[in-house]
Amino acid sequence: MSGKLKVHVDPDKCQGHARCKALAGELFDLDAYGNAHEKGDGTVPPGLEDKAYLARANCPENAIDVTED
Amino acid sequence: MSDTSFMPEHPPVTDWVHDFDHTDPRWTENPFPIWDELREKCPVVHTRRFQGCYLPTSFEAVRQIAYDTEHFSSRRVIVRDERPEIQKNGAPPITSDPPEHKPAKQLLLPPFTPDAVKKLEPRVRAICNELIDGFIADGACDAADCYAKFIPVRAIAHMLGIPEADAGLFIDWIHRILELSIKDESQLKTAAEEMGAYFIGHIEARKRQPTGDLITTLMNARDKSGAPLDDMHVLGSLRLLLIAGIDTTWSAIGASLWHLAKTPADRHRLVAEPELMPTAVEEFLRAFSPVTMAREVIKETEIQGCPVRPGNMVLLSFPAANRDPAVFPDADKVVLDRKQNPHAAFGLGIHRCIGSNLARMEMTVALEEWLKRIPEFHLDPAHQVKWSQGTVRGPRQLRVLF
Repeated sequence: MSGKLKVHVDPDKCQGHARCKALAGELFDLDAYGNAHEKGDGTVPPGLEDKAYLARANCPENAIDVTED
Repeated sequence: MSDTSFMPEHPPVTDWVHDFDHTDPRWTENPFPIWDELREKCPVVHTRRFQGCYLPTSFEAVRQIAYDTEHFSSRRVIVRDERPEIQKNGAPPITSDPPEHKPAKQLLLPPFTPDAVKKLEPRVRAICNELIDGFIADGACDAADCYAKFIPVRAIAHMLGIPEADAGLFIDWIHRILELSIKDESQLKTAAEEMGAYFIGHIEARKRQPTGDLITTLMNARDKSGAPLDDMHVLGSLRLLLIAGIDTTWSAIGASLWHLAKTPADRHRLVAEPELMPTAVEEFLRAFSPVTMAREVIKETEIQGCPVRPGNMVLLSFPAANRDPAVFPDADKVVLDRKQNPHAAFGLGIHRCIGSNLARMEMTVALEEWLKRIPEFHLDPAHQVKWSQGTVRGPRQLRVLF
């Protein structure tokens, strides 16, 4: 039985490519400079697991972590 | 400045590993097999041309250099025969290193977020349709010279608050600064002077009468100490937006249309499945990345086991990185629905292209509007496709029939 997924954007690595927001707008948002952060505490609602992994796979800076609680 | 021992002529390349030249006609025409060959030989090759220059060919080598601002400076970002003197306010932040880079970049970021550029979308859609209106009845056009070329230049003019009708001037400056200047430094000087005089006029006009455009935004910006930017900084940033915002996206739109013109299966698929557009745009960006940046080596180091020495330039080929099969399976194929595509078309690290969201929006709109009105088109066999030379690669002549 797998636990809940969480996403996290490392603000030191993120350079604002905004791919995560485009691919998984439910999980990520951008600040006024266009840099990304996870929404809320990063918990991935059921059904959006694939999007979490998709966002991670498309980040050119490897700035996204997906962890299992 | 010129060194008489240095030969500006560019003899044809016979040994790409030890004597590469990104202005060689074969590179301009089709660089992909050259990069594949070099990548297999060595992750970083060197040429004595351009007063010494390295070329990383693997994604990892490109990434390492892009992330390393201690050994690699952005004070020179174009590889030329000559090394023009470094200007204090070149074109910040693209020509800035830490610690000056971050504050200069942050000033420019807010107008280029996805939400901010979305507001420009209706104007870009209208520009595309005005251009298509001009040639659709002919059943033929030059998709680079009559379509792709004018979309970003008009969009950026609209953003800056300068007349879209001045597009021809900007295109001429860019051509001289990015292409002709590689072999003729005087072109850089005169084009930069003309561009400077043009923008100083617009800055002065806004001092008398502020407007709501991006030039005014820059003039109103304050640095950390609360002081306004001096005119030279504003000018440098305007120069950057114009240079970086025009032939880059023009090239990306042109290369995408080139691919669709010669690949009926992809053209039909994109017309039938318009929801594929976002992944298709990313794939065109990967496969036909227009921009190769440069760095200057300022401290000795090693990249992937290759020694790298100061005084040399580095051709930072994001396009070659994006064709590295170690990162992208079937790297030489265009896969419209490629799921995993962390490409570096907009750079890596702190110099990620400020205009990436604008470029994506322009590409998307340009392809959507074209395909809506001209779903069937193909290359005109009577004409050759001609590609630009140097820093930015894209078709400059692209005759199509429809």
